[in-house]
Amino acid sequence: MKVMNCPLNGPRNISEFAWGGEVKPMPDPATMGDKEWAAWLFLEANEAGLVREWWCHVPTSYWFIAERNNITDEIIKTYPATELFNTRVEFAAKAPSGSGEKK
Amino acid sequence: MIPAFVPLKILRYGFRKKYPAERFIPKQQDLKKSYDVVIIGGGGHALACAYYLAKTHGITNVCILERGYLAGGNTARNTAIIRSNYLTPEGVRFYEQSLNLYRDFSQELDFNILYSERGHFTLAHTDAAVRTSRWRAEVNKQLGVDSELIYPDEIARLCPHLNMSDHVRYPIMGALYHPPGSIARHDAVAWAYARGAAKLGVEIHQQTPVTGLIVENGTIKGVQTSRGTVYANRVMQAVAGNTSVVAKMAGFRLPIKTIPLQACVSVPLKPFLDQIIVSGSLHVYVSQSSRGELVMGGSTDPYGLYGTRSTLDFKEGLLGHMLELLPMLGEVKVMRQWAGMTDMTPDFSPVMGLTPVKNYYIDSGWGTWGFKATPVCGMTMAHTIANDSPHDLIKPFYLDRFVDYQQVGEKGAASVGH
Ligand SMILES: Cc1cc2nc3c(=O)[nH]c(=O)nc-3n(C[C@H](O)[C@H](O)[C@H](O)COP(=O)(O)OP(=O)(O)OC[C@H]3O[C@@H](n4cnc5c(N)ncnc54)[C@H](O)[C@@H]3O)c2cc1C
Repeated sequence: MKVMNCPLNGPRNISEFAWGGEVKPMPDPATMGDKEWAAWLFLEANEAGLVREWWCHVPTSYWFIAERNNITDEIIKTYPATELFNTRVEFAAKAPSGSGEKK
Repeated sequence: MIPAFVPLKILRYGFRKKYPAERFIPKQQDLKKSYDVVIIGGGGHALACAYYLAKTHGITNVCILERGYLAGGNTARNTAIIRSNYLTPEGVRFYEQSLNLYRDFSQELDFNILYSERGHFTLAHTDAAVRTSRWRAEVNKQLGVDSELIYPDEIARLCPHLNMSDHVRYPIMGALYHPPGSIARHDAVAWAYARGAAKLGVEIHQQTPVTGLIVENGTIKGVQTSRGTVYANRVMQAVAGNTSVVAKMAGFRLPIKTIPLQACVSVPLKPFLDQIIVSGSLHVYVSQSSRGELVMGGSTDPYGLYGTRSTLDFKEGLLGHMLELLPMLGEVKVMRQWAGMTDMTPDFSPVMGLTPVKNYYIDSGWGTWGFKATPVCGMTMAHTIANDSPHDLIKPFYLDRFVDYQQVGEKGAASVGH
C-alpha cells in the first residue's frame, strides 16, 4: 500500500488519509458576494502536474498540506498547515451593505 | 475435428479481393485550414455529436481531433451499464431519452451493439437506502420509467444467486428494480457513430492532440494542434478526464475534479448472471458480459489523479464485498483490471452547453455515468452547436448553476460508478 508521511504521526498507509482537495486562496468572507463565495467553493483549477492540497489523517482528525505530482502519483512533501496559514480569519460578517448579490 | 483443408479455404477466402474488409473511416488525410465545427476529443460523446451534426442538422464540414486512438478513453473503459432510474426529474428525462435512442441504435446505425436488456437492481442495505429507493421509484414512475421498490422475497426470486442471508455485515433489505436496465458493447457504440459520421463527410483525425485554443475578443477562432493550426466557426470539447486542462486553454475553470475509476473482469464463466446488480453501500456492481466475463466495478479512487494505474487496494476492497453478495465466486480468478480518468462534479450531474467563450461549447462532468448518455449527449450537443443555444433537455446542466446555487443533486448516481 502507498505510504504518506503525516506531519503529526509519521508514515502511515494512504488508506488512513482523506483527500481534502486543492488549496485555494479564500476571498475575504466579510466583503465577498454570494457568487464569489460559490466560485471559491465549487470551481477548481484541477491542474495536471504539481498540486498543493489539503489532506486529513482521519484517525487523529489532523489536517495538513501535501504536495503531489498527480500525473506520476508521487507524494512530494507534507507539512503542517501553519506553514501556509499563520493569521486568523475573521468570520464575523459586517452588516450587509448590499454586498450579497442575491439572484 | 475440423478437416485440414478448412483453414486453407478460410485463408484463400481472406485473400480474395472480392470481399475486402470494410474500412470504417477513410485513411487519414491532411488537415484542412478551417472547418465549420471542430470537436476536441474522439470518444463516444464527440463521435455521437459529429454524427447528429451531419445527420440531423446537415453540418458535415466537421473535424474530430483525438490525441490518441479513437474511443480509447473512458468510452473503452466503462462497464457499459445503461439505465434511466435516476432521482432528479431533470436527470430521469435526459437519460430516458438516451435509452430510447439506444433501443433503436443497432437498426438506425446498421451496427450490432449487442444491446441487452437485463434488469437493473440497486440493492438497499439500510433504512435510508430503502427510503431513497422508494423516492427514486416514485419519481421514475411519474415520468413513465419502469421502476419499482421490491423486497427480499421478490429479490430472491428474480436473482437466485444473491446471498440473501441475515448473517452478513450488510443484509439486503430491498432493491430498486429497473427492468429496462441494459448493457451494450461500448466500443461498438463509438465505432458505429464514427462510421456513420464519416459516411456523411465528417473527418476523424487520430493522434492529433489539441495543444492550445485561439480566442479573440472572447470568441473562439480555432485550435492549435500537433499538426498545425485549424480554424473553426464553432468548437466543442468532450474530453472527459482532461476537461479542466482543455478548458484552461479557453480561460475558464469548472466545478470538476479528475479522479480515477477502476474496474476489472473475471475469467469467462458459463452464463449464470442475467441481471445487473449494484450495491451503493457495498460499493460494488457486477454484470456478466456476452463473453461470460463478470464485469465488476466499485467507487471512484480515494484521491484525484491524472493517470490510469490500477491498485491492489481497489481490487481487495471490491472483491471482499463481492464475495458477500455472491459467495460462490470464491475460486474465480480476476483476468484484467484497468482504470479511466473521470471528470467528477460535486452534484453528480454533467456540465453541458454554452461556455464563457462565444461559439465554444462543452460536454463534460460525465464522471462515472456518461456511457449511458452517449446518444443523448450527441443529439443535444449537436442541437446546441447548430443553434448556438442549449437544447431544452440540457438547460438544467448549464455551467453557471454552481454560482447561481441551482445544482441538480443527482443522488441516483451516488459515488458508485455506473
Ligand atoms: C471504469 C469505468 C466504468 C464506467 N462505467 C460506466 C457505466 O457502467 N455506465 C455509464 O453510463 N458510464 C460509465 N462510465 C463513464 C463513461 O465511461 C464516461 O462518462 C463516458 O465514456 C465519457 O465519454 P466521452 O466520449 O466524453 O469521453 P472519452 O471516451 O474519455 O473520450 C475523451 C477523449 O478525449 C481525448 N482527449 C483528451 N484531451 C485531448 C486533447 N487535448 N486533444 C485531443 N483529444 C483529447 C482522449 O484521448 C479521449 O479519447 C465509466 C467510466 C469508467 C472509467
